Amino acid sequence: MNVLALNFPEVSHLFVWPDILFSGTDYAINKTVLIYLAAVVITAAIFLTAGRRTGSLVPAGVQHVAEAGVTFIEESVVMETIGEEGKKFMPFLTTMFFFILFSNIFEVVPGIQFPANGRMAVPITLALLVWVIYNVVGVRAQGLFGYLKNSLFPPGVPVALYLIVTPIELVSTFVVRPFSLAIRLWANMVAGHLLLVTFAVLTHELWNATYVGAAAPFAMLVLMTGFEILVSVLQAFIFTILTAVYIGGSLHPAH
Amino acid sequence: MLNVLAQTAAGEMLEGLKAIGAGLGYGLAAIGPGVGIGTVVGNAISAMARQPESAGMVRTTMFLGIAFTEALALIGFVVFILLMP
Repeated sequence: MNVLALNFPEVSHLFVWPDILFSGTDYAINKTVLIYLAAVVITAAIFLTAGRRTGSLVPAGVQHVAEAGVTFIEESVVMETIGEEGKKFMPFLTTMFFFILFSNIFEVVPGIQFPANGRMAVPITLALLVWVIYNVVGVRAQGLFGYLKNSLFPPGVPVALYLIVTPIELVSTFVVRPFSLAIRLWANMVAGHLLLVTFAVLTHELWNATYVGAAAPFAMLVLMTGFEILVSVLQAFIFTILTAVYIGGSLHPAH
Repeated sequence: MLNVLAQTAAGEMLEGLKAIGAGLGYGLAAIGPGVGIGTVVGNAISAMARQPESAGMVRTTMFLGIAFTEALALIGFVVFILLMP
């Protein structure tokens, strides 16, 4: 694609990778799958290594990372949104946070530089998993009738307004939530990747034309790389905290 | 101008209109959320400045507000990607 005399790569070329292994089958492995596998292995390795060494009062190395992560999820996600009874969701939320974080952070790892969540498959799967979990939790905590009543007919609303409120709540609770969760993660990663690619292409072209001119886009590239590290962590955090908010809403109905 | 328009093939015209629509669509979709995120963050900052001890709670709620507001801009971005010729 030719934009302003720049040889900008096609958007689809930035997100579609050729198969490496088992090409042609349903189990074909490409770069995205490898990044997800790496994220799974890193997450599992951190917590298995940290959990194995019990009894060390002064945490160091991997144990320190794991303990800081667990404390962070407990204090700023679970206690802020669900409360004491949310502790049983800690393993799920912590694992999900680190999995999303590691699959995002490959966006800025030199040589790999692709956010695996820039493909829709895993974000939508995670979001549907969250959908199933908060509905099951709601039905178990309040009963099927109570859960539907509390989510479709929020108390404290004048009766006539239920004509408007109930359809809105029905769509927003049961249809829009998983999609907005998935699209938020996916679109942020796509946008970040396109931003980095744009400045990388600009730097390359200007370096070829005039060596000095490449300084400005290169500075932006460095800045945006830092910004994308922030976005990767923030999106993992937002996905986790929204999951916690939805679970909390199912556990305690709105007063 | 009309001569130029008459000379372009119908397909090219459609592509160009698509590109204009995609660009305008994303730009329009970004206006509201831009104002919204500004309001959310501005009020969160003044709340933190008034009560620094509640900064943690305010920050969590602020991120929630940003996430909900930002979803609208992101839907505009998705439409932009879908419409891009």
